[in-house]
Amino acid sequence: MAVMTYREALNLALREEMRRDPRVFVMGEEVGLYDGAYKVTQGLLKEFGEKRIVDTPICESGFTGVGVGAAMLGLRPVVEMMTFNFSILALDQIVNSAAKMCYMSGGQYNVPLVVRGPGGPAAQLAAQHSQSMETYFYHVPGLKVVRPSTPGDAKGLLKSAIRDDNPVIFIESETLYAIKGEVPEDPEYLIPLGVAAVRREGTDVTVIAYMGMLYRALEVAEELDKDGISVEIVDPRTLRPMDTATILGSVRKTHRCVVIEAGAGFAGMGSEIAATIQEEAFDDLDAPVARVTGENAPMPYARNLELLKTPSKAKILAAIRRVCA
Amino acid sequence: MKTVAPGARLDSELAKRLLTQMQLIRRFEEKAAEMYAMGKIGGFLHLYIGQEAVAVGATAACRPDDYAVSSYREHGHCLAKGSDPRRIMAELFGRMDGLSKGKGGSMHLFDKGVNFLGGHGIVGAHLPLAAGAGFAIKYQGGDQVVLCYFGDGAVPEGEFHESLNLCALWKLPVVYICENNRYAMGTAIHRALAQTEIWRFAETYGIKGEAVDGMDVLAIRDCVGRAVERARRDKVPTLIEARTYRFRGHSMRDPAGAIYRTKEEVEREKQRDPIVLFSERCLKDGALTEADLKLIEKGVADQVDEAVAFAEASPEPPPEELFTDVYKD
Repeated sequence: MAVMTYREALNLALREEMRRDPRVFVMGEEVGLYDGAYKVTQGLLKEFGEKRIVDTPICESGFTGVGVGAAMLGLRPVVEMMTFNFSILALDQIVNSAAKMCYMSGGQYNVPLVVRGPGGPAAQLAAQHSQSMETYFYHVPGLKVVRPSTPGDAKGLLKSAIRDDNPVIFIESETLYAIKGEVPEDPEYLIPLGVAAVRREGTDVTVIAYMGMLYRALEVAEELDKDGISVEIVDPRTLRPMDTATILGSVRKTHRCVVIEAGAGFAGMGSEIAATIQEEAFDDLDAPVARVTGENAPMPYARNLELLKTPSKAKILAAIRRVCA
Repeated sequence: MKTVAPGARLDSELAKRLLTQMQLIRRFEEKAAEMYAMGKIGGFLHLYIGQEAVAVGATAACRPDDYAVSSYREHGHCLAKGSDPRRIMAELFGRMDGLSKGKGGSMHLFDKGVNFLGGHGIVGAHLPLAAGAGFAIKYQGGDQVVLCYFGDGAVPEGEFHESLNLCALWKLPVVYICENNRYAMGTAIHRALAQTEIWRFAETYGIKGEAVDGMDVLAIRDCVGRAVERARRDKVPTLIEARTYRFRGHSMRDPAGAIYRTKEEVEREKQRDPIVLFSERCLKDGALTEADLKLIEKGVADQVDEAVAFAEASPEPPPEELFTDVYKD
């Protein structure tokens, strides 16, 4: 087991998969000569050359479509979005081409494509560069959506995504790239898509959180421990397909649930999870499922307002206390 | 505009093949319109009638292992590529023996067996897919070529320009064939494009561009043939503007197409029916006889009737098909 950053874990996953399978190539803005806008692809051009590390002009729709077409002919493209905010420009290629190709063709053409890059709230990047983009994708049948919260998961999930025969939306985080954690060096270390992780075991309340919100929840859980509230934390890791079995299993044990999400709450992941829990485990609940979500406003630039936009520790703490009261 | 040298002798086998394919598409489309009127086919149905020379001429310039991809007006391209008309008709009927088990429909014909990469319903969206196919061919060290068909309506889309730029920049073996039928649905080309000479966009991207009479199957074959040779040999893209005309409305919901164009114009254009023009040429050259023409017509009529019978007999997809192919296992 090696200790490395989340960024290094992604880089390692790309290297290992490219060494393993000559069909895998990386394409995107600044992925080659510039070594990646966030240095995730650092050194890959040197190892694999221009044929497999492809710098593109700024045309998200165009190069994502190239990825889809190449995947139809049997390649396994990894398309980088410099940030996922730009993926809106490629939304048609992802939603109408990649996600539906297998279905529209009656299974004749599948699209083994990974679209990856950072997303979610960043630091004072304002309205257009600091969004939780997963909501745009997990609604779509035909897509898989991954949000890896730890360096180990970043490696294991990215490798699974690259080996998957379907289009996978893989959204990393600018704020997590530098965090360190244990990462297995085994080149066959894979985490299957659609399997959640219990990050912390507890008995009184289930908290569901991922990415930056996961770390906030872990801190809150330690504080609540002192007050005798035992918090279990489930990280879904994959948002589509969602591991509802693990979530429901935890809720049936704790009888209480709080879902945290960084993005705006309206029709968000929290709504979906709350609905699933009340459909499947209503009788197990001792309190209504609570949501702590980003506010329903665009991301402001001003630091004080930005802090108000995303769920704070205080809000998470208050919600858990309320549910456990 | 390039035309066929008048002195060139027309080979009988070739003449028969080209005419048969054009007639098959014409008859198939006429029958599809009938079936639509009878309620056997639903949704949108965009007919290729009037444009047959483009698909047939272009495909004749290719090898069977070359690829083709198209928009939602793609029945002709799929047929020309060699797909089974019975399975196409079954797809239009929404039946289990259709190419996509009835799940794609008229706008989404796919046939992996003949390297047909599909009919795509979002205007312009398949142009980058063609570039991707070209990218994959080059990556894998192959020598196939991709033909990408689209209408003049796709030219103002960003993806047209992004795709030409990428293919030119990366030297990809793609032949972009714009079937300029002068109307994007009801919008005449001069109301949509600042530059209506579509082939001239090639200059912007430093690639070869050519305009061709889209009603002359031999001219198209020659023009696309040159582009295919360049693509195969030098891995470079070409933009071809095939000037054609659709004799029917945009779709079956626009049966006459009379609001945005005059009846006189439609009748005038029908005088340049590509099938009539080519039949006359074949007769004049002595490549085919009147009896040959009759035999071809009879043959394709039987083939299309058989396709309808096949589609009628095919079962509806079973309920579990709703959930298969959402993901590949």
